[in-house]
Amino acid sequence: MNQLEFIAAGSKAICFAKRTLDIWERLGVAKKMIDKGVVWNVGKVFYGDASDPIYQFDMLPIKEQKHPSFINLQQYYVEEILVEELSKYDNVQLRWGHKATAVEQSSNGASVQIETPQGSYGISAEWVIACDGHRSTIRELMGLDFQGQIFEDNFLIADVKFKQERPSERWFWFDPPFNPGHSALLHKQPDDVWRLDFQLGWDVDRAECVKPENVEPFVRGMIGDDVEFEEEWYSVYTFQCRRMRRFVHGRIVFAGDSAHQVSPFGARGCNGGVADADNLAWKLNLILNGDAQKGLIESYDYEAIVTADENILNSTRSTEFMTPKSEGSVAFRNAVLDLAEEYKFAQSFVNSGRLSTPVGYPDSALNTPDKDAWDGGVPPGNAAIDAPLGEGWLLDQLGDQFAILENRSGLNETELGSLHIVTIDLSTADESRSIALERYQIPRGGAYLIRPDQYVAARWKSAKFADVQNALARAKGSQ
Amino acid sequence: MASLKTTQSFDRPDDVYQKLTEIHRELSAQDSLKLNAKLILLLANHIGDEDVVDEAIAIAVRNQTKA
Repeated sequence: MNQLEFIAAGSKAICFAKRTLDIWERLGVAKKMIDKGVVWNVGKVFYGDASDPIYQFDMLPIKEQKHPSFINLQQYYVEEILVEELSKYDNVQLRWGHKATAVEQSSNGASVQIETPQGSYGISAEWVIACDGHRSTIRELMGLDFQGQIFEDNFLIADVKFKQERPSERWFWFDPPFNPGHSALLHKQPDDVWRLDFQLGWDVDRAECVKPENVEPFVRGMIGDDVEFEEEWYSVYTFQCRRMRRFVHGRIVFAGDSAHQVSPFGARGCNGGVADADNLAWKLNLILNGDAQKGLIESYDYEAIVTADENILNSTRSTEFMTPKSEGSVAFRNAVLDLAEEYKFAQSFVNSGRLSTPVGYPDSALNTPDKDAWDGGVPPGNAAIDAPLGEGWLLDQLGDQFAILENRSGLNETELGSLHIVTIDLSTADESRSIALERYQIPRGGAYLIRPDQYVAARWKSAKFADVQNALARAKGSQ
Repeated sequence: MASLKTTQSFDRPDDVYQKLTEIHRELSAQDSLKLNAKLILLLANHIGDEDVVDEAIAIAVRNQTKA
């Protein structure tokens, strides 16, 4: 249900990370998103009036994966594509213009009172997922906490339309001539729309800041005097980094911005929301089908909080670098920027946003800890890494169920099939197998157990069926 | 685990002290802070051991309360 009757336009998320594309691949919409979006892998950081970057980074250090590190795509396109795809499912109903006004729950479900322009009604469900944004109505109705840190800074977003040939890269400036003492950010979006973002400082008149005559000098300063542009969207935002203490409250589960909020630097807001949905969906599916106890939902609370905390930590650190809180902190930031051009070690301290990558849960109760000594590969609790495989890609073949990735492990496929585990034998692939085997470091006889959300649950150098059974039970929350 | 050396290291400590202070002579407080930040970053990177840096931070912070 959406209290709005339409997909909201305006400046929302625009950067979608590789992990999100991998998730969308399983939903069958990644290609549509990528075809519409602007692909990018490289970010550049500028300082002062120098026209060369002091530093640049590649967000996809491991090549030969199906998806790029990022696409830029306006959130309204993302939502349109998802809604269109959902309409193909006859067991899904989307209700627009329906607003929750009251909620209560029992031990085996929850009921929500709904208000619509046509009248109100009640609905009961086994589970309610509150994805109702940072001003979550459900959270407020339940009187739940949402604690964190407020940052005293304002940022101007100018989404503007113009035609100019520029590389598809993320450009970030510290102290540029067109915004002295502050930072600025440029992203390319589809349809010749560009996201320009300018740090304004704390004491500003926000209504004045979005007037076209006040926005124009910023835009001109960044893109030049000779470029014709038109406004798509201007707004000023502030942000907070905070989260709920728990995301699971009985039969009501919080996901996305309703549960956690971060600064936009790092593209960790919307990508974090998609991560929640992906983590939650397969668990709820197993519970609803009777293949797991409802206690499995606790692992969502744990894993989504680990994810939120990592996102908040990174986003808070980026903010501290951009808006230092003391004179000493200003000095360190400027020292890093001065040093960075000439001294590579200092580049690693430059923080213009640590961009969203999959978060690991090394201590999740769903993992079976390694018993063997592994040198490399993908440890339990981490997202599986893609590799070419045959004519296609490894992650596509893993799909959205439990899977065994093996190197002639000797495990019996029929036995595994009875547990609804698919098997991919890397030893039978063609020349591409060496890349996959190298990424997973699976010796002959070894195997990985991979979860439906393509996280590693367990791995063995010498795999036994009983170990797989135990690890599977554990990954379903039964231990 | 490596630990921070707090015994005397230099044969000519006065020389080192003079160099560390002389570079601030003409500087504003703000520029001094930045210069020191550069020195700390260079030296911390050279040390390259987070435990040692942690220890130095802890000693320096604790010692501030003496002022």
